[in-house]
Formats: sequence, C-alpha cells, structure tokens
Amino acid sequence: MIRYILRRLITMPFLVLGIITLAFLLTTVTKGDPLAAIVSDRQMNDPEAVAAAKARWGLDRSLPERYLIYVQNLVTGDMGTSFITRRPVAQDVMFRLPATMELVIAAMIVGSTIGISLGMLAAYYRNTPIDHLARFFALFGSSIPVFWLGLALLYVFSVKWGILPGPGRLDPRAALPPRVTGFMTIDTLLAGNVKLFADALWHLILPAFVLGWAVAGTISRLVRANMLEVLDREFILTARSKGAGELRVVIRHALRNTLVPTLTVIGYSFAYLLTGAVLTETIFSWPGMGSYAVDAARGLDFPAIIGVTIVGGVVFLVTNLITDVAYVIANPRVRLG
Amino acid sequence: MTALTLSSLRRAHWISLPLAIGFAIVLFWLAVTFLAPLMTSYNPLDMVGRRLQAPSWEHWLGTDALGRDVLSRTLHGARHSLPIAVVVVTLSVGIGAALGAISGFVGGVFGSAIMRLVDVTLSFPPMLLAMAVAASLGPGLENATVAMIIVWWPVYARLMRAQVLEVREREHVEAAIAAGASKPRVLLKHILPLCWTPVLISATMDLGQVILLAASLSFIGLGATPPTPEWGSMISDGASQFYSWWVAFGPGLAILTIVLGFNFIGDGLHDYFDPKSK
Amino acid sequence: MQQEPLFSVQDLRVSFGRHGHHFEAVRGISLHVDHGEVLGIVGESGSGKSVGMLAALGLQAKTARVQGSAKFKGQELVGMPRRELRKLRGSRVAMIFQDPLSSLNPVMTVGAQIAEAILLHHPEVSKKAALDRAVELLALVAIPQPDRRIHQYPHEFSGGMRQRVMIAMAVANDPDLLIADEPTTALDVTVQAQIMDVLSDLRKRLNLGLILITHDLGVLAGHADRVAVVYSGEVVEQASIDDLFERPSHPYTRGLIASIPDMAEEKDRLFSIEGSPPPLGKLPGGCAFHPRCPQVQAICRTTAPVLRDFGGHSASCHFATLPTESAA
Repeated sequence: MIRYILRRLITMPFLVLGIITLAFLLTTVTKGDPLAAIVSDRQMNDPEAVAAAKARWGLDRSLPERYLIYVQNLVTGDMGTSFITRRPVAQDVMFRLPATMELVIAAMIVGSTIGISLGMLAAYYRNTPIDHLARFFALFGSSIPVFWLGLALLYVFSVKWGILPGPGRLDPRAALPPRVTGFMTIDTLLAGNVKLFADALWHLILPAFVLGWAVAGTISRLVRANMLEVLDREFILTARSKGAGELRVVIRHALRNTLVPTLTVIGYSFAYLLTGAVLTETIFSWPGMGSYAVDAARGLDFPAIIGVTIVGGVVFLVTNLITDVAYVIANPRVRLG
Repeated sequence: MTALTLSSLRRAHWISLPLAIGFAIVLFWLAVTFLAPLMTSYNPLDMVGRRLQAPSWEHWLGTDALGRDVLSRTLHGARHSLPIAVVVVTLSVGIGAALGAISGFVGGVFGSAIMRLVDVTLSFPPMLLAMAVAASLGPGLENATVAMIIVWWPVYARLMRAQVLEVREREHVEAAIAAGASKPRVLLKHILPLCWTPVLISATMDLGQVILLAASLSFIGLGATPPTPEWGSMISDGASQFYSWWVAFGPGLAILTIVLGFNFIGDGLHDYFDPKSK
Repeated sequence: MQQEPLFSVQDLRVSFGRHGHHFEAVRGISLHVDHGEVLGIVGESGSGKSVGMLAALGLQAKTARVQGSAKFKGQELVGMPRRELRKLRGSRVAMIFQDPLSSLNPVMTVGAQIAEAILLHHPEVSKKAALDRAVELLALVAIPQPDRRIHQYPHEFSGGMRQRVMIAMAVANDPDLLIADEPTTALDVTVQAQIMDVLSDLRKRLNLGLILITHDLGVLAGHADRVAVVYSGEVVEQASIDDLFERPSHPYTRGLIASIPDMAEEKDRLFSIEGSPPPLGKLPGGCAFHPRCPQVQAICRTTAPVLRDFGGHSASCHFATLPTESAA
C-alpha cells in the first residue's frame, strides 16, 4: 500500500509538467501569434509593454528555450497578467479559488446526500415504483443542462416565489466580512456575524443544489448497485435473524459495507463538479474561478484562460490522488490483508 | 409466430421501458434533424414577429429578442447539435480507439507515450480544457468541435486499451499467434471484434454528454456564433432576457429531452448486459 | 404429547411468485421439537427444508406467501406482526447459517456483532457489559483469548472458529430454540465434528431445542434424536434416529442411507439415487418421488400418497410398511 502511495506521489510532478506543457502548446497556437497569448490587443500598440512581455517570456528565443522559460515562470508562480483585470493571473486565481471550493464542497454534500438516499431507496425497494421514481429523478438530474436548471430555479424560487435569494454570495447591500479564508460561510462565522452567516448559507443553497443534483445521479446509480449486492449477502439475513429492525439492517449493516466505493465515486465526481461549477458560477454571479474562466473566455483573456486551466488541472489531479489513496487505505482487505 | 410488437419484445426481455422511451426520443430528434424545415413554417433566422412575445397560437414558444420564432429555432438547433455530436463522438472513438488499441497491443515506448498523453489530457476538468482550446483556436462551431475531440478521445483510448489488454490474454489469441498470424491480423481479426461492445455503449451515452458540452461552450460564447440557432447560445440569450422565460425554455427542454433519451438508452443497455443489477 | 411442544409446525406451505405465477417451495410440512431435543431435517438442496424454517420465522422475502401454522411455545408465528416476530428472533429463537464467512458482517468486529445481539433485546444493558458478555460467550464456545478476539474482524478467524462465533452470537440471549441451517457444510470434516460437539454441549447445558438442517444424513447420526426427511417440499418420513436407520420405510430414505459412504464395507461404487430432484413448480403428478423410485408402481404416478403413521414413525408412501427386521 505504501508503495502505491509513493508511486502516485512520484508521478504527480510529471503529470503537472504534462499539464504545463499542454498549456504551453496552447499558447503557441493562439491566433497564430504567441505574442497574442501574452499581450492584449490594447497593449500591442505599446512598445514598452510588448518589449517587457517579450523579455519576460523569452519570445525572441527558440521554441525549446521559450518552453523552459515558460515552465520556470510557472513554477515560480508567474502565470502572466490578465488582460481584463490587469492583475497577475496567479493572484486573481488564488483570490477566487476559495469561492469555487466553497460551492463545490457544498454541492458535493448536497449531491452525496441526495445520491446516497436515492440509491438506498432504489435498492431497498427494488423494482417497485419507488425504485423507478428514484432512478428517474437521478437520471433527470444528470440530463438537465446545469445552466438551464440554474436559470429555471432562479426564476421560480427567487423571482416568482421569492423564497430564495438571487445570484451572488451575499445580499448585495451587506458589508463583506473581513476575508480570512475566502469561504463566506467560515469568514462570517469568524467575524461573529450570525445573521450574515445565515445569509451566506441561504445564498449557497440554490447553486449547491443545481450543481449537486447533477452528480447525485452517478452516485445514486453506484450506491444502488452496491446496495443490491450487499443486501443479498448472508450477513444481512443474520442481522435480521438476530431481531434487528429493517432500518438498522440497512444503515448499520448494509450501508457500512458500501461506504468505500461510494466515497470513491464521490471523490471522482469532483471532476464533474469542477466542470459544472464553471457554468453554475456564471448563472449565479458567483465570484469564483469558474466565472473568472468564463469572463476570460468571452474576453479572449488568454493568460487568464491558460492560468485557470492549469490550476484547474492541478486541483483535479490532487483530488483524484487523494481519492485513490483514500480508497486504498479505507479498503479493509487491503489495509489488514 | 408472435407479432413483432413492443410488448412482445418486452416480454422477451429484449428491451425495457426506459430503453424504448430512449429510442423513441432519439429517433424523434433524428427525424427533427432531417425534417425541421418541413416541421415549421418560420425561418429560424428571420424576424417573423414582434420581439419577446409570450407563447401564443402563432408562436408556440414565443419569440426572442430579435423577433425570431423560438420553436423554429429550437427545432433547427437539432440540425447543428446532433451532427456535431455524431462527428465528435465518431472521430474521438476513431482516434481514441485506434491509439488505445495500438497502445494496448504493442505496448512499449510508444504505448506508454500514448498513455501518458492520455493521462495528462484526462487530468484536466473537461470543460476547462475545452474552453481553453476553443478560446485559443477562436470562436466558431468548427473550432469547438476540434476542442471537444481533443477533450474526448483519451476516454476511448483508455477504454479500448483496457479491453485490448484483457482480450489479448485469451486463448484464441495465443492460438492465432501460434498458427503464424501476423500481428496486425491478430489485432484486427481476433482482438478488436471482442472489444467493441463497451466502447459502443460508452459512445452512445456520450452522445448526450457531447451535446451538453457543445451547448455549454456555446453558452459562454465559444461555440456557435450568432445568428446560428444553437441551443446553448439560445439559452445564453434567454439568460439576458430573464423575465421572458420562454426564450430559454425551448432550447433547454430540447437539450433535456435528448440527453435524457441517450441516458435512458445507456441505462437500458446497462441493464441488458448486466441484468443482475436490475 | 401431554404438554405443548417447544416448536411445532403444522401443514406449513410457502409459495413464491407474483401475478399469477406461483410455485410452491414448501407443500405442507409438519414437525415438532421439544426442549432439549434435537430434530434433524434432512433433504437435498432445493427440497424446501431451509425455506420452511426461514418462512416460519418471517425471514423470507416479501414475495413469499406463508400458510399453515408454526407455533413457538404456543404462540402462532404465521401472521404474527413483524415487530413481535423481531422480539422473538435472536432472543427466544436463534439461527445459524451455513457459511460463517458471509454470515458475519465483514466490517464489524466480532465483539460488536455479538454485543449487538444482546443490545437489540436488552437495551438497558451498557455497551461495556454487552462486550463483557461477548467475551464470556466466546469462552463458552471454546475460543482462546476471547478478550483479545472480540476486537478482531471475521476474516481474522478460521472457518471453524467463525462458526463458533456464530453459535456464540446465537446463544447470547439464552434462546429456547436454535435452528442450525447446514452448520457444518462449509467446514472441513475434522472441524465439522468439533462444531457438532459444541452444539451438543450447548444443547445439554442450556436445555436448547435444536433443529439441525442438513443434506448429509451422516451428520445427524449420533447427534439427532429424531429426523424428518424432506423431499420436494414435503416430509416423506419422520422417525427417531435409530428407527430411521434400522427401519427406513420410504424409498427415498433408504436411498439416502445407502448413499452414506461406509468405511467398513467394500464397494466398487458409491451408491447414489438415480435422477435429480424436480425443479420447483414442475412437480411430476402423483408421488413427487416416483420418477426416481426403484419401487414405483402405477398408482404412484397418479395419486399422491398420504402420510401413514406407525406411532412415532411416519412415512408418506403408498407401500410404506414398518418392516419387523431392520433393512440392511
């Protein structure tokens, strides 16, 4: 097991290098002119800015040299300057990352809860209308375009019924709490402002649900399949013969045996959540990495696009690694065997 | 001789209800792809009515901000989304399966190199990578198509390689090699035919996912350019016309139904090949 | 019988299926067990021997239809509300199953599982007290170092020890009746004997009524007091064990006895009953055993035999008689 972990840790830097290389290749194909990937149209007319950019990225050198400089810059945290915000991309991304993390984590909680519950219901009431309904609900969630669902729910819950707040992380009139972690929920708590904390939670509900419903489908399918297999096993009969009630049998005995693959799938759905976050943030005006990427894409802000892509890739890589390792650790046969 | 009816197929356990519904939906949209011009009298690109009209008898799904008929644009949207999805999946499968099969069969440095490329590409969240590639290449549906192929082919490469690795160990392959068959022949005639099933099932389900991805790209402006009636960009228009809900309703419903259709097919195929999980 | 038997089953029927397609797995079984008595139920796989007992305790699938009567200490189990049945299960009536590896929850410690059996019926007991009792129980079934063992997982035990754990769990609440469904089938021959000894020992100590379900008549020899032979969902013969071996009245029983490998005799081939049991739902007409019976007659094909009672020994065959000498 240790060897597996070590092996994964060692290949990590190479994969990161691969990510950087791929990103570099993208900059070379941008509009046919590598300069266009670094200097905005406006700046093109400014000879000083152009000269500075050329120096920083070695544009006058050969391709391999440019690559090395690129990697070097990236490793030291220099991802270029955003055309739109005029700030270093690295700074922008780091500033907006926590908002995305908050949304994705909330979505994972919502999605897992829905997915596990639906999967359990579907397995326990196998082949009854409840099963079919649960499966349909899950399928529906993974078929509906996230951006459309967000719009639709915003319209219904916020505009028409006024139950849930509109886009954004907080009431636009509220004063932001001092930024500690970048997580609105945590920061408001740390500032001792309970009302603001509630507001932050309230604003989190809709986007988290929209994003989470999508992964709930995948999770529920897996939980259902696993539960079906487990519920057929002999120890379930033993538990019943001991006099255990159905709820106890399902939760204490069956569910605990499906935990490991379920957690794995939850970990892997992180990828889908990152993807969906891009669109969800746009709809809900959530100031995270996703909406940053969208603004960058719309505005052809190449340093920002590439920057977000690299960071997204690294985050994705790390979460996959954590999930893989956690699976190996948690699997009692591997752990104790 | 029982009639070849829906119920007879169901009783023979060939198809289940979700599978049937899925097929029906997909067939419907296939028909729309070909017959859209015949199904609606309005030209999707022309202004045919007052702007932002709510759904009415003349315009079943209302009109958008430029006075175009939403229903007609929705139906015509299929003529863009479906062919693109088919192209993306076909080429991704073609490239990915080929590379994956070679990598699995030949192995060696070349095989490893391919797999490293696959690993790196799959390290990106698909949407972000697609966005980055599409942005670098410039707006337009063709570039978006290329971006999607770049994002998707590694999936099939990995899948095909796993299949080839497994089938390679089977006895009839050993027998063929022992009988003197050349390597390409072994791969093509003995290994590949057994590898196709999971790839095909995956590809079928991915058609829906590609449609979603294409719509997402168009939504943020990286796919279709106006005035093309592509569903994603139509929803984007609808987002700016928030209070005229019908503008986004048509295309959204279209995407939902067709992806649901493909998901039903996928689910049905899963049940068919693994009835234990029913 | 003057007093009420501990557990008695009368004409129990269990059928499965839905929407008009039913098949009967158990077609009318009657038997009984007393305190301290061991009843063996022997039959081939699929004969319905386990299905009947599971159904009596309400452990069958929801699609099963149970009819007839199953009385435990005078209380009717068939039709009893689930909550009441649950109170009996694990406390007054306990079951152990064939494969202890899959019968124990792999992700729970052995101690936790035994403690659960106790806490389910005695919620007032503290967790610590339950675990202490678990240690006692493991000692009772002769598992060494029980205080260490309760913290281990099932896969850390050997097959025989796992079955002892199952037994310990089953007797945790001092039940009156223990139903053992093929308890030794998955174990090595040497371990089988050990487990049977454990069961016998417990039976004597706790005055348990014990039902031993098995397909191997040999296992019952030396352990059972009475035996019920089951074929195709019915009891075809019931007698005390000695009487069964000495004077088997049903051709199937005779076949079973002949199939037991006997080390003392010299044989070229092992005897086995011709043919195989009919699939559920596709029973031959008349006597269910007639296609395989060496003494089949015309009547056997058309008419189902009735149970003939010879006072303590009953058999269901048109030609059942109690021979005056033992059938060798």
